[in-house]
Amino acid sequence: MYTPEFDYHKAGSVAEAIALLISHDDARLLAGGHSLLPLMRLRLARPSTLIDIGGLGDLKSISVHGDAIRIGALTTHGEIAASHDVRHANSLLAEVAGGIGDPQVRNRGTIGGNIAHADPASDWGTVLTALEASVEVQGANGSRTVAIGDFFQGPFATAVGENEIITAVTVPTLTHHEHDTGHGHGHGHDEHGHDDHGHGHEHDHGGGGLAALHGEVGEYAKMSHPASFYPVVGGAVIVNVENSRCVSARVAVGGLVPTPVRARAVEAALTGQELTADNIAAAVNHLADDLGAAIIGDVFASAEYRRVVAPVEVKHALFHAIGLAHH
Amino acid sequence: MKVPIKVTVNGKVCESEVEPRTLLVHFLREELGLTGTKIGCDTSQCGACVVRLDGATVKSCTCLAVQADGMAVTTIEGLAQNGNLHPVQEAFWDNHGLQCGYCTAGMIMTVTELLQRNPHPSADEVRAGLEGNICRCTGYHNIVKATLAAAETMAAAPASTTATTEATEATGG
Repeated sequence: MYTPEFDYHKAGSVAEAIALLISHDDARLLAGGHSLLPLMRLRLARPSTLIDIGGLGDLKSISVHGDAIRIGALTTHGEIAASHDVRHANSLLAEVAGGIGDPQVRNRGTIGGNIAHADPASDWGTVLTALEASVEVQGANGSRTVAIGDFFQGPFATAVGENEIITAVTVPTLTHHEHDTGHGHGHGHDEHGHDDHGHGHEHDHGGGGLAALHGEVGEYAKMSHPASFYPVVGGAVIVNVENSRCVSARVAVGGLVPTPVRARAVEAALTGQELTADNIAAAVNHLADDLGAAIIGDVFASAEYRRVVAPVEVKHALFHAIGLAHH
Repeated sequence: MKVPIKVTVNGKVCESEVEPRTLLVHFLREELGLTGTKIGCDTSQCGACVVRLDGATVKSCTCLAVQADGMAVTTIEGLAQNGNLHPVQEAFWDNHGLQCGYCTAGMIMTVTELLQRNPHPSADEVRAGLEGNICRCTGYHNIVKATLAAAETMAAAPASTTATTEATEATGG
């Protein structure tokens, strides 16, 4: 299956890529191509020019500066998953990267390309929203930084201007945390689609027993399409815990409304609460209270279905965050 | 407007002019006649078209030939060295890691990278590593068995054919 015809230019630098964007109407940037090429083959996108930025080594980097990790836009999901620096500074990023698509998708797909595509259910969109990341965008007049909350403007629409290029994503580190009890930690759980959604499972942890959990913990859970592994609905949580009590929470959901959003009502319901299974289950029921937009649906997952699944994924993420398996 | 490209395929430098929209899989099959790489779903899901691009497995149906310019590609045809099958090929043969055979080339290419990254995988790790490859005959059992057998063979003879193949990829020819 061929794409429509297009003119092809290979950019040798960020400045050249910007100049090519300015001099070509209807041009799109090509990074790993794992969002754009499938769209073009389905004729859902028909740019007249592709500007290949895949060779710009400057945009392929991971560096930790104090309490922030800066990831170059062309860094692949696979490189993020394999990075010791990322795993050390913010293990959630590494876990999420390692659960995107499949090994071949992770070898080619880039974090910049993923957020530029702005699929409402994208793993990165949801997780970066919860992490309060920021996006560096460069144009002819220099660089600017866009807060993630302002970045996604609609389905497949972002704050990146017509002649701008995403150069990096900056993400705060997570403070270290410790589990003093024997509860299994959430990492290593199946990131590739919780195909049971917890239906029919009994969670018998309601009585608590989560002694001495401290620090900032991040987790992500999603329901994926079974063939493509593309996320359908996902929930990301960052909870700050002191003595098993939630001091603050950031919760984001993807695949529910036209952009990834913070679930402020769930955050409010969690704050100040002891993080027991019962309190978590009660808090996630507030998910649809305050979304600010109508729930989306498609042939694979209707709005009604997403409304039911999304709180379950947020609940799973929270269970993992506090060391409770959801099985 | 055609674009000149230079790609090292299985150690051999190939210079050509391609339409920008030529997919890597079409370039390999139709320009170079390397039909071992298959087109299955054509939507980046099934993995029948997996090849190695500068050592990394990619779905060649979701990569333009122009994106491979200046890079090294290894296809299933490039795995055997000096007439000897790659240990992964041998293991698929010995363990009948196929039914109809359509997914086999892609499976084998993925397994070569999987074992390079994780030389001693568990069966679960093999299954997770094969997420991007679909066997529509559902013949996964013997594919996993073949992969585990290849891991053993390669652990017993680490410096043999595998090292040669990987060195070729790493240096781009």
